[in-house]
Amino acid sequence: MKPAPFAYERPRDLDAALSMLAASSGSTKIIAGGQSLGPMLNLRLVQPELIIDISGLAELKRAEISGGELVLGALVTHADIEDGRTADVTRGAMRDVAANIAYRAVRNRGTIGGSLSHADPAADWISSLAALGARVTLRSLAGARTLAVEAFVVGALESALHAGEIVEAVRVPARSASAHWGYAKSCRKTGEFAHAIGAVLIDPAAASARVVIGAIDTAPVVVTNAAELFGGRIAADYKQRFEPRVADALLAKAGIDDAAQRHIHVSVLKRAVLEAAA
Amino acid sequence: MKEGAELRNEREFPSGKSGQGVGARLPRKEDDRLMRGRGLYVGDVRLAGLQDVAFVRSPLAHARIRGIHVPERHRGSVFTAADLVGIKPIRAISGLPGFKISEQPVLATGKVRQVGELVAMCLAPTRAEAEDIAASVTLDLEELPAIYDMLKAREPGSALVHEHWGDNVFLETNYEVDISAALDAPIKVTREISTARQCMSPLEGRGVVATFDKRLDQLTLHSAAQMPHITRSGLAECLGMEEGQIRVISPDVGGGFGHKGILLPEEVCLSWLTMQRGHPVRWIEDRREHLVASSNCREHHYKITVYADSDGTLRGIDCEATVDSGAYSSYPFSACLEAAQVASILPGPYKMPAYRCRTFSVATNKCPILPYRGVARTGVCFALELMLDLVAAEAGLEPGEVRLRNLVRPEQMPFDNITKKHFDSGDYPEAMRRALAQIDIDSIRGRQRKGEADGRRIGVGVSIYCEQAAHGTSVYSGWGIPMVPGHEQASARLTPDGGLELRVGVHSHGQGMETTLAQVAHEILGVDVAKIRIILGDTAMTPYSTGTWGSRSMVMAGGAVATACRELGERARRIGAKLLQHDPASVVLQNGEVRGVNGSVSLKAIAHTWYRRPQDLPADVDPGGLEVTQGYKPVRDSGTFSYAAHAAVVAVDPDLGEVEILDYVIVEDGGVLVNPLVVDGQIYGGLAQGIGTALYEEMPFDASSQPLATTLADYLLPGPTEVPAARLDHMETPSPYTQFGVKGIGEGGAIAPPAAIANAVNDALRPLGVELMQSPITPHRIVAAVLAARAAERSAA
Repeated sequence: MKPAPFAYERPRDLDAALSMLAASSGSTKIIAGGQSLGPMLNLRLVQPELIIDISGLAELKRAEISGGELVLGALVTHADIEDGRTADVTRGAMRDVAANIAYRAVRNRGTIGGSLSHADPAADWISSLAALGARVTLRSLAGARTLAVEAFVVGALESALHAGEIVEAVRVPARSASAHWGYAKSCRKTGEFAHAIGAVLIDPAAASARVVIGAIDTAPVVVTNAAELFGGRIAADYKQRFEPRVADALLAKAGIDDAAQRHIHVSVLKRAVLEAAA
Repeated sequence: MKEGAELRNEREFPSGKSGQGVGARLPRKEDDRLMRGRGLYVGDVRLAGLQDVAFVRSPLAHARIRGIHVPERHRGSVFTAADLVGIKPIRAISGLPGFKISEQPVLATGKVRQVGELVAMCLAPTRAEAEDIAASVTLDLEELPAIYDMLKAREPGSALVHEHWGDNVFLETNYEVDISAALDAPIKVTREISTARQCMSPLEGRGVVATFDKRLDQLTLHSAAQMPHITRSGLAECLGMEEGQIRVISPDVGGGFGHKGILLPEEVCLSWLTMQRGHPVRWIEDRREHLVASSNCREHHYKITVYADSDGTLRGIDCEATVDSGAYSSYPFSACLEAAQVASILPGPYKMPAYRCRTFSVATNKCPILPYRGVARTGVCFALELMLDLVAAEAGLEPGEVRLRNLVRPEQMPFDNITKKHFDSGDYPEAMRRALAQIDIDSIRGRQRKGEADGRRIGVGVSIYCEQAAHGTSVYSGWGIPMVPGHEQASARLTPDGGLELRVGVHSHGQGMETTLAQVAHEILGVDVAKIRIILGDTAMTPYSTGTWGSRSMVMAGGAVATACRELGERARRIGAKLLQHDPASVVLQNGEVRGVNGSVSLKAIAHTWYRRPQDLPADVDPGGLEVTQGYKPVRDSGTFSYAAHAAVVAVDPDLGEVEILDYVIVEDGGVLVNPLVVDGQIYGGLAQGIGTALYEEMPFDASSQPLATTLADYLLPGPTEVPAARLDHMETPSPYTQFGVKGIGEGGAIAPPAAIANAVNDALRPLGVELMQSPITPHRIVAAVLAARAAERSAA
């Protein structure tokens, strides 16, 4: 279980990294915390010719509040968020998510940008950030573009990253004082990848709700206007109005044929709704 | 000393209050090394000129090999079966009539019969480079239909793993005692029950470092092996060498559980390679190899009927058991040990007048099934204990009550059960009663009636088993495997400075033998435990032994150490008498010194005189000296029977399928415990593995017999957060047949948990009409069963 041979570069700044990325022909992989890429290299599931280690890029470690949103550099670790070393605009929602990602050893090294880039459907950030309405900024030598998280994750282990692009930052909008947050997941054991994730951001005052069903075999189901899951309207009584059958139909539409799997997903989502309402 | 009635009196332990002898709760001596990271495992062995091996393994479960293509640049670094001239395949032949022989080539010839089967061996200065070479080798394989389902494999017309057999059955057996007498019983419950294929998953995998010493004309194989002498015999057979030309060194070993008792094709390959190349070679199993290609175990299927009277009294069991034995018969336990065990141990500690069990050991395109801690007992306990809960439900009784009604009673001991298993001692009903009391069954029932605020359902389950251990010649010759244990030997040597060296052929890979055997020796000789060294894991330095397996080491090696130490003590006593100028009959050995009426002389002084100042000894001294090797067998070799009652309380979420173990009680009787602390550790470790069997561990296969869990992200093992702090209670009923009354206890912790937990889950979900009869009990299986029950209820309404 040793990686196939690869070249290794550790650029000192983002421009250098982007230049290397642009210049590289063939397969190149970016490594940050290495919590997913490391095992994949060892298993030879990926055999890049070049690995660009961005862990030395100070620009990507910044975290700041700008224009009312939180901008987290791609290299911010789960532990940075868990420990409150970064600012927060989600009233603790991100901190709770971070604290329950895998094991502490993974959280110490794993990065938010790496997790998004890897686009594992069972990962916590792609579901929770989609529910929070976060966006991702991608940068290449040609410039930057910003996408909604749900647009960035296009499938299992598939993102919208183009060749030469790197995740630069995550932009998280502030959670309004009236917005309720619920996040639930079911894991076979502590620290394992979830087999079902439910994330909800429900604002009865604004009559809006974002609902995410994650850890399915493909990109999470993201419902940005989730009134249909609550009998057609979002109001203070949303907890009583949650419609499991609508969620079940969404999952069936997403290609989940197994009824027991759908039931577990719907039950986890229901738990997230109850948590939000609590 | 002759074995016999006098041994029954050896509960009077001469070490008295020293706190180091039999029964002392002594911290493990070896932990000073192991817990500081100072152990030496096979992966730590460094030899000059060492090169690494990686294997090309079959990507298909069943295929004909049409060609193996090695790039020109790697010729000379890649070896295939064609290169291994004169190397014999591994053959583990069961002596049971009707057994069909499989030949496991150490590198595949003709066909591959499992994913991960070795096809070519690649050599390079480092493992990474060896893997690069392996990746460059291409195989031309003609895929054949894969046999992945043991029940389908039994059907006529199935594709064949070994064509010349004509079917896929290694062996079929039939055991019957008057089953017709049970058929009119008022309660008759029939079910199919199965246990998943698992992987043993010791912390350390297998590994081999092989080298050849020209001066000694000797191959030295460093291997993570729990039975080094057996490995040597197997190697000698495959390599066509004399046993004296082979030395197997098994250094510190990070868990064995049965996996490390098996002769590996890799061991044969690397032995051949080092002799070809003249430099040391190494292969260290990685976790993917471990999961996919090697350590499989546990896959059983039962079709079972239990007959009982309406008061829950057992009338008989009728069972058809199938074991997925995989592609080959592994050495030395064979493809049929599991099924042979199933037939003889299924009735367990219960009385019944009628019994029938047919077994099938079926070949499939999977790894050979290997004996894992508990061997067939875990599956058997799962099957029978789940059935007894159904009998209880039919009879309207508490599950515990059905056990109490049918367990062998203490006044019946020693007891021969329906399969002629000879139970040496014990009070099984008492263990069950204590477990029920400690789990507080009445309060759980009350809690169930009230229901849970969080919507989960509470369930309580019990199970009980017996663990036959240290069973010897008479039992194993009947099971027909190529290895039959006889007398166990130990050497004891007093060193010139009064220390004690003990050499034993068993090994220690987590059992704490370096401590417990020292305690036994201390018990006899009074030498300080700190001054006793245990030498094991090296065929050149230890007496022959079949090794550590079957929970035999404490009984067998412990008995041998006691026997050797007694003889050594007797010799020292006679020398001491000379030094004291006493009649030998008037002196005794006590607390490390020989005492007479006029004084005493220490073992240390006796040793010093014997080795360093023989001029002080009279001419007529016994010339035997202070080094002895003695053999030992218990009074009866039918085995010791330890046992335990387990009780679990779980909370089950019927919509998420999550199971939380709220409480766990184990009441165990392992006879006289040499070191209760070590026994506790064995039980906790076994419990963790049992929880793995119950709830987590499963190697799934697809229809082409591809193993699907190739990393520990897919093959789930319980971790610290999944293993509850169990409450342990010990009973100590001595075995009448062994030194000090000890019994083997190594496996029990892993036997009962799947049954107790499954019964608890079923107890929680029974009101919903749910019944789970398959391990592991996963969230998906629970929810699928709940949905099926709800659908059935709707359609009935």
